[in-house]
Amino acid sequence: MNDMRLVERAVDDKELKIAADGVDVFYGDTHAIKAVDVNILDKTVTAFIGPSGCGKSTFLRCLNRMNDTIDVCRVTGNILLDGEDIYHPKVDPVQLRAKVGMVFQKPNPFPKSIYDNVSYGPRIHGLARNKSELDEIVEKSLRRAALWDEVKDRLTAPGTGLSGGQQQRLCIARAVATSPEVLLMDEPCSALDPIATAQVEELIDELRERFSVVIVTHSMQQAARVSQKTAFFHLGELVEFGDTSQIFTNPKDPRTESYITGRIG
Amino acid sequence: MPLIWIILAVLALGAAGYVLGRKRAVSSAGGDIRILHSLPNYYGMNVFLTAVVPALLVLVVWLLVQPTVIQRQVTQLIPDNDIMESGELSLIMSDVRRVADGLDRAVEQGALSREEARMIRTEFTNIRETLASIGVALGDDVNADVLAAAQRYRALQSAGNTVMAAAVLILAALGLGYAYSRTHKDFRARNTVERAVLSILILASTIAILTTVGIVLSMVLETRDFFHLYPAREFFFGTEWIPSFEGGSHLGLLPLLWGTLYITFIALLVAVPVGLFSAIYLAEYAGRRMRGIAKPMIEVLAGIPTIVYGLFALITVGPMLRDYFAEPLGLGTSSSSVMTAGIVMGIMLIPFVSSLSDDIINAVPQSLRDGSYGLGATQSETVKQVILPAALPGIVGAILLAASRAIGETMIVVMGAGAAATLSLNPFEAMTTVTVKIVGQLTGDTDFSSPEALVAFALGLTLFAITLGLNILALYIVRKYREQYE
Repeated sequence: MNDMRLVERAVDDKELKIAADGVDVFYGDTHAIKAVDVNILDKTVTAFIGPSGCGKSTFLRCLNRMNDTIDVCRVTGNILLDGEDIYHPKVDPVQLRAKVGMVFQKPNPFPKSIYDNVSYGPRIHGLARNKSELDEIVEKSLRRAALWDEVKDRLTAPGTGLSGGQQQRLCIARAVATSPEVLLMDEPCSALDPIATAQVEELIDELRERFSVVIVTHSMQQAARVSQKTAFFHLGELVEFGDTSQIFTNPKDPRTESYITGRIG
Repeated sequence: MPLIWIILAVLALGAAGYVLGRKRAVSSAGGDIRILHSLPNYYGMNVFLTAVVPALLVLVVWLLVQPTVIQRQVTQLIPDNDIMESGELSLIMSDVRRVADGLDRAVEQGALSREEARMIRTEFTNIRETLASIGVALGDDVNADVLAAAQRYRALQSAGNTVMAAAVLILAALGLGYAYSRTHKDFRARNTVERAVLSILILASTIAILTTVGIVLSMVLETRDFFHLYPAREFFFGTEWIPSFEGGSHLGLLPLLWGTLYITFIALLVAVPVGLFSAIYLAEYAGRRMRGIAKPMIEVLAGIPTIVYGLFALITVGPMLRDYFAEPLGLGTSSSSVMTAGIVMGIMLIPFVSSLSDDIINAVPQSLRDGSYGLGATQSETVKQVILPAALPGIVGAILLAASRAIGETMIVVMGAGAAATLSLNPFEAMTTVTVKIVGQLTGDTDFSSPEALVAFALGLTLFAITLGLNILALYIVRKYREQYE
């Protein structure tokens, strides 16, 4: 196995999807994110790496305003999605989250059937006019998450009864079902075994054709395998951001080099 | 020797044992407590427990057994024709006990010398007057048989007490000596004390269980007596409740059961929506500070005695419902009504439902909320479609527990719904419940061999069966729910 094989993928001049500019995040008195600028491109996988507690998950949660649910959290700076400020008072965070979907660290299927898990988003957003359209969306989403063949005969079975890897793919199908433009993944493989991890990574690579994917990961091999762009966070600062191949072969910042060679972290 | 002195003496022996045992253990290790198997306190504790526990157990058993034994001895002295005369042996025996106690008290107060009390004779002294002068009232003149029995009773009692004191103290001393002699640096005092702690815990839970069994048994026995006197069929299916102590009562359960269920239903109609919605607000919407204030305030409701709720029903809710609803609508003129009791009971149950539901909603993992918000669901959509379905079994359990509380409630019903047993659909009519009638049948002058009094036990047992069923169902549902997330 050549884990550290770097995938040389052409990063064309893709459209800018999310532009973060001078973002600061405070948890009460703690300054968790310090003046971070990142540009996330469409149809690209961007990986956030860095040691635990460096703020990469916090920053990810800023991108769909999940931090709003935490009382003490305060975000300043600009985050533009397709050129529009997502923290503008006119923006409805609920609508935003339909456009910027999220997959969490631990698989969290709802205690409902597989079908109801996937159709949850389309239902609350009214994306299907009738039952057959909804069926179509569910099938399409499950196919995209590479889960359809495994569950097509038991769509009414509870989602919590699937294996860990299947649950995580179900959560991805659930997020894909609302047709988001950006998919945020917060360490999606950290609770999975190597085989399930490989399946999810393959899936992420396929999802890139339609969405912009942002993934937080602790595994540098994973970042190298699935991403085209990599951002390295350290102590709340964005240390380095660039093409994945460049970050892993020719890091500009000594801290990045120390981290990817295992000296800090 | 009075009981309290015996207990104090045993405890004093135990305390002495503690000090001695500890000292012996330390000295057997040559003053170095590191050589001891256990900490020095364990050696002391071991001696203390060995001295005290068996002695006190014997004391308790003795106190329970002695009256029965004495009673049996003394009963033999009462001639049969005396029993015929007064009708009941138990009446004579209570006279005997009263005379015996009276004589004891007379000696204590100095009205009689010890010798005089022992030699007293019905032929020479009017015992009734003598005892009346020291405040012991007797219903009848004392005859010779009763006096003889009373004297025998006194003799046995004082002998029994002396022997008991001696036995208990000797046992305590023996225990002390035995444990003291075993105290040595290699003795595993810690393990022995651990076993003693274990048996104390087992004893405590056994007492709790046996009490429950005892309560049920006593109800079952009385209920059996009732069904000998009154047909079970008429009790369970009778639609009329007209008790009359002259006989010919109708003791049908149905009107009472109907009243109970009707009032419980209205109470739940009030308590479930209010309690559940306030729980959702507190768990999902309220900020930390609001929660800190509101939750204790709601729980204050749970601390109000039900009699106070009853007053509220009687003087506020009842008249208000009558003046603004019942009379204008032509539904009744009574301020006591099912509605009054139901609403006030519902208010009482709000903290029950809300506090239990709040805990259950909080137990739903945060990851499910995140998942739902992450898909662009609003808070109420998340609550409705993810949190409530996940918490539903627990909430149902909470509601069933509240229902069994409502079924057992008495005070609010007496003061809010009255005591008339009626079968009616009109919620503004006075009705009553099983619990109220239990109180009604047992208070006042009652003859415990009549079906009118014994019916209370049948009612109690029925109620017990209903609430037990509800509680088991609730626990089953709650337990099933817990398995989901663990």
